[in-house]
Amino acid sequence: MKKLLLGNEALAQGAYEAGLKVACSYPGTPATEILEYLARFPDVDCQWSTNEKVAFEVALAGAIAGARSLFAAKHVGLNVASDPLMTSAYLGVNAGFLIVSCDDPGLHSSQNEQDNRFYALFAKIPLLEPSSPKEAKDFAKEAFKISEKFDIPVMIRMTTRVSHSKEVIAIDKRKIVKEKNFKPDFEKYVMIPRNAMKRHEVLESKLRKLKAFSEKTKLNRIELNERSLGFITSGVSYLYAKEMFPEASFLKLGLSFPLPEKKIREFSSEVEKLIVLEELEPFLELQIRALGIEVEGKHPSFRVGELKPEYIKLILAGKPKPKLEKKARKPSLCPGCPYRPVFWILKKLNLLVAGDIGCYTLASLPRLSSLHTCLCMGASISFHEGFRRVLKGKDVVAVIGDSTFIHSGIPALINSVYNRARGLIIILDNETTAMTGFQDHPGTGKTIKAEPTRKLQLEEICRACGVKFIDVLDPYRDLKKLEELIKLRLRQDELSVIIVRRKCQLLSRKSKPKPLYLKENCKKCYLCLEIDCPALRKDANGFIEIDESLCVGCYLCVEVCKFNALIKNEEQSC
Amino acid sequence: MKNKVVSILFAGVGGQGILKASEICGVAAMLAGYEVKKSEIRGISQRFGSVESHLRYGKEVYSPIIPLGKADFLVCLHKEEEQRFINYLGKKGINLTSFLDLSSKNLENPRLLNTFMLGVLSSYLKLREKYWIKSIELNFPEKYIEMNLQAFKLGRKLAKKEKHTFKS
Repeated sequence: MKKLLLGNEALAQGAYEAGLKVACSYPGTPATEILEYLARFPDVDCQWSTNEKVAFEVALAGAIAGARSLFAAKHVGLNVASDPLMTSAYLGVNAGFLIVSCDDPGLHSSQNEQDNRFYALFAKIPLLEPSSPKEAKDFAKEAFKISEKFDIPVMIRMTTRVSHSKEVIAIDKRKIVKEKNFKPDFEKYVMIPRNAMKRHEVLESKLRKLKAFSEKTKLNRIELNERSLGFITSGVSYLYAKEMFPEASFLKLGLSFPLPEKKIREFSSEVEKLIVLEELEPFLELQIRALGIEVEGKHPSFRVGELKPEYIKLILAGKPKPKLEKKARKPSLCPGCPYRPVFWILKKLNLLVAGDIGCYTLASLPRLSSLHTCLCMGASISFHEGFRRVLKGKDVVAVIGDSTFIHSGIPALINSVYNRARGLIIILDNETTAMTGFQDHPGTGKTIKAEPTRKLQLEEICRACGVKFIDVLDPYRDLKKLEELIKLRLRQDELSVIIVRRKCQLLSRKSKPKPLYLKENCKKCYLCLEIDCPALRKDANGFIEIDESLCVGCYLCVEVCKFNALIKNEEQSC
Repeated sequence: MKNKVVSILFAGVGGQGILKASEICGVAAMLAGYEVKKSEIRGISQRFGSVESHLRYGKEVYSPIIPLGKADFLVCLHKEEEQRFINYLGKKGINLTSFLDLSSKNLENPRLLNTFMLGVLSSYLKLREKYWIKSIELNFPEKYIEMNLQAFKLGRKLAKKEKHTFKS
C-alpha cells in the first residue's frame, strides 16, 4: 500500500514498523504530526507530556526499561529537554531511543532558527539528517539499530522542508521486536560523579567506534559524476543541489556526526571545486575545516533564513544572499477569538504586557500592538516579575495561554508568589493548544488518545501556588466586568490571576449573525479597525465593510463603536 | 526519455483551502503513478496569513520546493497574493489567477473556490479525470464530496470553454 505522507508521518511510520513502543512529545510546529500520527496505533504508548523535559525523560526511561522509544520536539523544545539530553549519552539506552528534533529554518512558526545539529556534537550522540520523507522513514529504522548497537541515544534532525513535505510512501508491516531485559545497574544508571566519570570514558570509546561506523555505513555515500564540482551536503540541501546541479559529484552525509574523515578526504581528492552546502550554521564546514581539509563554504549572510535552490549559484560564486522578497501577509487572531477582547482592553489601558508563546503572540502585531515581549515558553510570568523590579510605578501585566502555563508557567508563578511579587497575571484559557492545531493537554481532561483523564483545574493550581485573588471570566460575556477587574487588581497591593476562559472559536464554532452597519451613524473614526478583526475592512468610500463569510457575530466591534454605527443583530439569532 | 517534472505553486490566504487543493492534486498524481513531492507551511500562517504550497510530480523529483522561475502553473486563490509569487513562474508558465473573476461570476459558494480552481488547473494537465475524481472522493467526508465534485467539474468545463490568453 502507498500513501502520500508528510515527512513527520513517514518518520513515525518508520519508527512504528521498527517496533516502537513508547513515544512522548509536547506539541510544537514543525514536529507536532509525529505524535499525532503515532497516537492512532493501539500498540504504541503515546503521550503529550506537560513539557519537553518531561517527555524526554519518560521516553528515555521507556528505552532503559527495554522498549524501543522516541522523543520528538521542535528545535526549541529540545532546549527545554537539554538537561536530560546532556547526561543521557552517559547512561546509554538498553533498547533503542530516538531523539527527533524538527528545526525551523526561516522561522515559519518559531521564535528563533537555532541549528540543533550542534546539540548532537555537544551531547556526543550520533546525528542522522534525512533529506526527504522516504529517508525519514528509512532512517528511523536505521537509527534504532545504531542506538542499540552502540547503546546510545540517536538524534534525527529534521527541518521544516523535510517534516512538512509530502511524498509517496510505501507502508510496510510492523516488526515484532522483543523487549530487552532491564537490570538495575548502579554504574550505568546512577550518575553520581564517580560513575559519571567512568561513563564519560565509555562514551568516548563509543564515539571512536561510531566514527569507524560512519566511514563504512551506506548512510554516507559518494556519488561520483563530473569531477569539476563536488558538493558535501546533508538534509534537504542535498535535494536542492541535485535539482540545480544534477551532473555534479556528491558526498551525501546521512550520518553527519561523527563525520567520516577518510571518506571526506577521499572525496576531496576526486573533485576540483569542493563546496560544503548546508542550511543555517556552518556545522559541517567548521568540522571539515578543523580536519585540515580545504573546502569552500557559503557567504555568512546565508546563515540567516532558509536555503533555496536558486541560492546555490550565488553560494558557488561566493556572493552574499539577495535581499528578502516582498513581505508576506500579516496573520491575525481569528474572528471571534476569545483573546481579542482582552488585548483590546490592555491596549486601551496602555499597559506593559509581558507575552508568551501561542496564538496570542499575534496581538503584538499592529493594529492591536498590545503585547510587548515574547522570548520562550513560560517567560511571561518571569518577565512580569523582572520588569516590576525595575520599572517601578509602571503597570505590568503578564499574559500566558493555558497550555503554556502548564508547560512552564507554574514554576514561574510559584517564584513570583515566593518572591512577594505584585501585579496581574492573565491566563488565556481557550481549553486547547490552539496554535499547533488543537492538541489536548492536562487542562482539557483528555489524553492524546482521547481517553478521559483527571482534569487539571487552573484556578486550583493558582490557589495552591499561593495567589490570593483568582477570578474566572468569559471575555465576551463579561467584557465590561473584565475591564473593571483589571483596573481594580492593578490598584491592589497583591499578586492576582485572572483566568479568561472561553473555548477557541475554531473549536466551538458558535456564531451569531453579523452586526448591522448603520452607515448614517458612521463617523469614519475607524476605532473598530483597531481591534484588528479580519472580518472588518474599509471599503472604497471609507465606510466599513463586514465580510459575512468571516464574521462570527462576536460583537466586539459593536462594543468598541461609540456612535452606534455597528449594532447587534440578535433578533435573527436562532 | 527526458524527466519532465510538473511544478505547480498554490497560494492564497489561510482558511481558503490551499493545502487541501495541493493535496488533491498530489493524490491525483500519485494515483496516476507519478513520484510526488509536496511542500507546505503550517502553523502561524494558518491564521489569515499567506499560505503557499508547492507541488511537483514526474518520474523523478528532487527538490520539494519549486526553484524561482521554474513553476509551470500559479494557482492563486487570492488576488492580493498574486504579485508575491509571479516571479516563480517560468517563461512558459501559466498564471491561472485570472480565473478568479470567472469563479466570482459562476460559483455560488465561495468556500468551493479551491476545488473550482483545481478544475481549471486540471484542464491544462495530462492527469486523467478519473484520478481527480477519485482524489476528491478520498479527500472529503462523504457529505461534502458531491458539492466539491460539482465545483471541480464547473471549473474544468469553464476553463475549457473560455479561450483566455495568458501572459505571465
